[in-house]
Amino acid sequence: MQRQVALIKQSLFDQGYLDEQFMELEELQDDANPNFVEEVSALYFKDSARLINNIDQALERGSFDFNRLDSYMHQFKGSSTSIGASKVKAECTTFREYCRAGNAEGCLRTFQQLKKEHSTLRKKLEHYFQLARQAGPKETARRPK
Amino acid sequence: MVNPGHGRGPDSGTAAGGSNSDPFPANLRVLVVDDDPTCLMILERMLMTCLYRVTKCNRAEIALSLLRKNKNGFDIVISDVHMPDMDGFKLLEHVGLEMDLPVIMMSADDSKSVVLKGVTHGAVDYLIKPVRIEALKNIWQHVVRKKRNEWNVSEHSGGSIEDTGGDRDRQQQHREDADNNSSSVNEGNGRSSRKRKEEEVDDQGDDKEDSSSLKKPRVVWSVELHQQFVAAVNQLGVDKAVPKKILEMMNVPGLTRENVASHLQKYRIYLRRLGGVSQHQGIMNHSFMTGQDQSFGPLSSLNGFDLQSLAVTGQLPPQSLAQLQAAGLGRPTLAKPGMSVSPLVDQRSIFNFENPKIRFGDGHGQTMNNGNLLHGVPTGSHMRVRPGQNVQSSGMMLPVADQLPRGGPSMLPSLGQQPILSSSVSRRSDLTGALAVRNSIPETNSRVLPTTHSVFNNFPADLPRSSFPLASAPGISVPVSVSYQEEVNSSDAKGGSSAATAGFGNPSYDIFNDFPQHQQHNKNISNKLNDWDLRNMGLVFSSNQDAATATATAAFSTSEAYSSSSTQRKRRETDATVVGEHGQNLQSPSRNLYHLNHVFMDGGSVRVKSERVAETVTCPPANTLFHEQYNQEDLMSAFLKQEGIPSVDNEFEFDGYSIDNIQV
Repeated sequence: MQRQVALIKQSLFDQGYLDEQFMELEELQDDANPNFVEEVSALYFKDSARLINNIDQALERGSFDFNRLDSYMHQFKGSSTSIGASKVKAECTTFREYCRAGNAEGCLRTFQQLKKEHSTLRKKLEHYFQLARQAGPKETARRPK
Repeated sequence: MVNPGHGRGPDSGTAAGGSNSDPFPANLRVLVVDDDPTCLMILERMLMTCLYRVTKCNRAEIALSLLRKNKNGFDIVISDVHMPDMDGFKLLEHVGLEMDLPVIMMSADDSKSVVLKGVTHGAVDYLIKPVRIEALKNIWQHVVRKKRNEWNVSEHSGGSIEDTGGDRDRQQQHREDADNNSSSVNEGNGRSSRKRKEEEVDDQGDDKEDSSSLKKPRVVWSVELHQQFVAAVNQLGVDKAVPKKILEMMNVPGLTRENVASHLQKYRIYLRRLGGVSQHQGIMNHSFMTGQDQSFGPLSSLNGFDLQSLAVTGQLPPQSLAQLQAAGLGRPTLAKPGMSVSPLVDQRSIFNFENPKIRFGDGHGQTMNNGNLLHGVPTGSHMRVRPGQNVQSSGMMLPVADQLPRGGPSMLPSLGQQPILSSSVSRRSDLTGALAVRNSIPETNSRVLPTTHSVFNNFPADLPRSSFPLASAPGISVPVSVSYQEEVNSSDAKGGSSAATAGFGNPSYDIFNDFPQHQQHNKNISNKLNDWDLRNMGLVFSSNQDAATATATAAFSTSEAYSSSSTQRKRRETDATVVGEHGQNLQSPSRNLYHLNHVFMDGGSVRVKSERVAETVTCPPANTLFHEQYNQEDLMSAFLKQEGIPSVDNEFEFDGYSIDNIQV
């Protein structure tokens, strides 16, 4: 079981969903805080859902206040970076570039992509945490290889 | 706290105090501020792993109030740059000015300009997100360094503050001379630094040991205190001011030379910073500056500015000016818009001395004063007193630092009258250079002058309070107030800069706003305004100007936190126009003034609040409100009352995110 968990985690890294930052987080986990990473993830998804919502509304309004969007995205990027969500972060960067260029079309497209990545990551992490809990004592983050 | 035994490799280095011989780094009391809950949680975890005592906070204002409530409760502050309610740099300035704690900035933004901004604002470090725990493990060095510097400074009996670096020899000598125990040196947990000091001291007299082992209560540089300080420094001359003399002049019981010394050092840094920034700002500034020297006689110089034109441009209706003036000073205002400098002069004098509260200190520099006052504000310590700045224009320099709030409102009215827009323009207190400009402007901007005066009440009647470089904007853009609005958009925390526009309503002040950095944060209009401006600005606005100013003020109030985007725009527009002519300044002289006043009302807390208040108030209907205020001699009380006003919910940018994770 634990091996399975380890494999899943490895694949997340390999596929680029997560980066070293996630490992840093895992290192913060210990006996006193055994579910730290999961808690942080939960917090991240909750907060980022809110941000996504805001951005959605802003885009729907059609006003395209690039400054505002950029500001939202900056927050989003900050969170995603802190948790190590690299694909999401990449989309954020792209989105911000489109914002700066004033490219509304690009923004919309990127945002769709971003939402996709975000939800994919969420599912994968949820699955991972579930298994990890079942597997018992967590495995400290140690990047295989 | 993290269980040290959990065997975390990386932490055991410095963090694991237990295993080290020197337990110092552990138990460092850290306050971390970030609106992102994910980051906040992660940081907290990391800091606890480093064995620090963490308090987390997701709102800058809450952080500030926490800091204020527990003066010695924290050793270091870590703050994010982009926060919805207050710009991180502004918080940085506040903390530096009021509490003198080391502040580390962090952001996912690693662009050089932002990092530079952090440096110029006085951050001791700048971390790029994602923050790694290794970076956090060493933050204690900043605490130690700061303590050592303060200690060194306090040790210098000569009063030359420049060198805070550990000059042991000098320290030792000074130690013997030191008349006071350093108050700041012993603060906090600087055990290791204390140890070091003790080592040096051991062969010295007892006094040293006492000081090193004693934990002196931290001195809080309130607005009043700062204004006194600025006044003293101005009188002595910025370059010649030595802590001992300043201390004597201030004559504040309980204040030690060391306190003054360290504060002076900060102030000088602030001045330097403003000086540097203002260079590019202001065309106007330059003109002002060159025209005038530190002396306040600038009125005459102002004349040069062509008050007439200002008067004529007359954004400011004479009546309003008159009203403002009258309100502020309680004296008949110069109804004539076309008044030349001379009327200003009179007013100046009146303003300056009459209502210490109202006037910022420079009669004519009403506009200017505003700027002056504000200057100090942004940087906290800096803001207050910029003696160096020369109010040139009249009062611009207003030692804003002290009590801006006082002068603010009252000042404005008088300004209104006079074409001395410049003063308002010069609001840009932030920029020292700007002040110069302002002074000149005040003549033109009648508006501004009055307000600034109040701030400088403390200063002797002479107008040239200059000390406060408020006028970041050429016009004297009262840093606090109005001017910012216009400019605010661009500048952030600089505060001064925005203020500079001092309510001229001329967006042009933006230019002056000082640091280009500010410009970058257009979004953060509040930057400028936040601190000082808003307060004053809000107030000022209502009275004088027409919608333009109102917008400006409103803009200010919103400053940063608020949905300034729209205001910013307005301001920007206005700023652009203002720069060109002083006349524009007329428009919002009052604005500037008021803001200034506000800002200084209360070293820290008021500032924040006033912003909000201003916001509410600034709305066009606020005009009446302000007028009331003007009439009140005691602006402070007016402001304070305002504070009672439920603050506007400025979470424009913030989408209802209201997680409050403050753990005390």
